[in-house]
Amino acid sequence: MTTSLTDVASSDAALRAFLHGLPGVDRVGADQRAAMLGTRSIKTTAKAQAIDLAISMVDLTTLEGADTAGKVRAMCAKAVRPGGGAPSVAAVCVYPDLVAVAAEALAGTPVKIASVATAFPSGRSTLDVKIAETERAVADGAHEIDMVIDRGAFLSGRYKKVYDEITAVKAACGDAHLKVILETGELATYDNVRRASWLAMLAGADFIKTSTGKVSPAATPSVTLIMLEAVRDFRAATGRQIGVKPAGGIRTTKDAIKNLVLVNETAGDDWLTPEWFRLGASSLLNDLLMQREKLATGRYAGPDYFTLD
Amino acid sequence: MSRLSVRKTYKLYIGGAFPRSESGRSYPVTSAKGDFLANASLASRKDARDAVVAARKAFAGWSGATPYNRGQILYRVAEMLEGRRAQFADELGGGKRAALERVDAAIDRLVWYAGWSDKIAALHGAANPVAGPYFNLSTPEPTGVVAIVAPADPLLGLVSVVAPVIVTGNTCVVVASEPAPLPSITLAEVLATSDLPGGVVNILTGRQAELAPWLSAHMDVNGLDLTGVADPDLALSCEQAAAENLKRVARPVEEDWSADPGIARMTRFLETKTVWHPIGV
Repeated sequence: MTTSLTDVASSDAALRAFLHGLPGVDRVGADQRAAMLGTRSIKTTAKAQAIDLAISMVDLTTLEGADTAGKVRAMCAKAVRPGGGAPSVAAVCVYPDLVAVAAEALAGTPVKIASVATAFPSGRSTLDVKIAETERAVADGAHEIDMVIDRGAFLSGRYKKVYDEITAVKAACGDAHLKVILETGELATYDNVRRASWLAMLAGADFIKTSTGKVSPAATPSVTLIMLEAVRDFRAATGRQIGVKPAGGIRTTKDAIKNLVLVNETAGDDWLTPEWFRLGASSLLNDLLMQREKLATGRYAGPDYFTLD
Repeated sequence: MSRLSVRKTYKLYIGGAFPRSESGRSYPVTSAKGDFLANASLASRKDARDAVVAARKAFAGWSGATPYNRGQILYRVAEMLEGRRAQFADELGGGKRAALERVDAAIDRLVWYAGWSDKIAALHGAANPVAGPYFNLSTPEPTGVVAIVAPADPLLGLVSVVAPVIVTGNTCVVVASEPAPLPSITLAEVLATSDLPGGVVNILTGRQAELAPWLSAHMDVNGLDLTGVADPDLALSCEQAAAENLKRVARPVEEDWSADPGIARMTRFLETKTVWHPIGV
C-alpha cells in the first residue's frame, strides 16, 4: 500500500479514485460502537488518572469575537497552573492576532501556543491570504497551526484543490505542527469524514481535528471514532503517526473520559499522550477541575470556587 | 369486560422532567396499615447531583422573574392542586374528610405564600436613614439553591417548606418524606403543569441518610433546610458539612403544620443587599 500512496495525489482523478476506494463506514455500526465504548465505567484511582491525563491533553481555547489581550493572558495563566496541583494543559488556542500576547504570557513554560489560521472558521478566503495568515502566526510564536479545509471544494469533489491548499499551508508552517480541521458537522456523511481524514493525512497534516466548534454537531463520539480508525490505518499503511483532536461540544469530564476510552480501544495507547491526542475545549477544563476536587475532598464541587472564563 | 390496570410509575422530578433514578433502584411504599401502595424511585447521590445542576440552571431565570410573576405562578400551582383535591385526598389515605381538610390546608398555604411574593421586600427590606445625601436601600435577595429535607407530613408539610423557599426566588432540591413519598411526586405533576419553570423545584424520593449528607456537603448548594431530618446525629453531621461553604442552615424542628406559618421560613433563605445611591444624580 505504501507504494500506491506515493502517486494518489497526482491528479483529481487519482485522488478521487483513492478516496472513493476507501471502505465505506457502517453508520449504524460506528454509532453503536461509539455508544458502547461510552458506557465504560471508569472509577476511583483510574478516574483520577484519567482526569489528570485529560487535563494535560486540553487545548484551552478562546475563539470569540470578543476576545481581548487580557482574556488571553488570564487564560494562559490558567493553562500553566489550572489550580489544585493539576498538571498544565497541552496548549492554548487563540486567534492569530492574539498569538503574540499568548507567546509573551507563556514564555518559558511547557504550554504550547496553537493558532487557528486560514480564515477560520469558514475558510472562505484566497490561498495567498491563508498562507500569509499562517506565516504571520508562526512568526509571532505559534507552535501549532489549526487550519480549516475548504469544505465547499471537498463536497463538490475537487479533492486536489483541498490537497494543494493543505500542502501549501503545511509549507508555510515551517517547523510548526499543522492541525487540519475537517469540520465534520458540514461533511454530511461518515464516508466523507473518513475520506477527508485520509486526504488531510496524505497532504501532510500532523493532526486531524474534528471541528471548529462553530458548527453543530461538532465532535460526536462516532466521528472521533472514525478519525481514530483513520489514523490507526494510516500508520499501518505508511508508518507515519498522526494525532487526533476532537473539538467542540466536549464539556464534561464524562465526555472527556469517553474520548480517552475511544482512543485506547481504537487507535491504542500509543495515542494516549498529549503529543498525539488533544481535546479542544474551553468550559471542559473547569469541569475536569471540579471532578478532580470532588475526588480529592469527597464533596461535590461548585462553580463558585473556580474561575469564570 | 375487565380492563388492564394502568398503574402510575412514581419517578423523580428533576429539571422539569420525570426521570427514573440513575441507579435504577426503587423501594416499596406501604400505607399506614402496612398495605403495599406502589414502588417509589430510590434516588442516589448522582440524582441529587443532577438535581442541583438543574436547580442552579433554573436559578437565574426564576430569581430574575418579577415577584409578581412568581406569585402568579404559585397561585397557579394552588389552582392546579385544587383541581386534583380528590386525587390527593385518596393518596393521603386515612379518613376521607380529614384527608380533604389536609389538601385544602395545603392549597391555602400555597395561596398564602403566593400573596407574599411582592410584599416580602416591603416588610423585610428597608429605606435606611443615613447621615449623607444618599438613598440607602436594603432589599432582600434569594440565597440560591436550597436543599430541603421535607418533613414526614407528605403534602401539607412538603408545601409548607417548599413554597416559602421558592416564592422569594430561590430554587430547591427536595428530599421527600421517606415513608410517604407518593404525594410528593403527584405534587410534582401539579408543579410541572403550572408554568413553574423546570428545575425550580426538584423532588427526590429515597433515603434521607443517603441523600442529605451529599446535599449538605455540595459546594453549589447555598442553603440547607433540615426540617424533616428525624435522626439528630444525621442533622448534626449535615450541619457540620454545610459549614464548609457557609450554607444557611435551618435546623430540624417539630412544627404544627396547621398553625399560622409566619414569615420566618421565607426570611431564612434571603440575603440582604444594601445599595447606596447618591441623591440628585
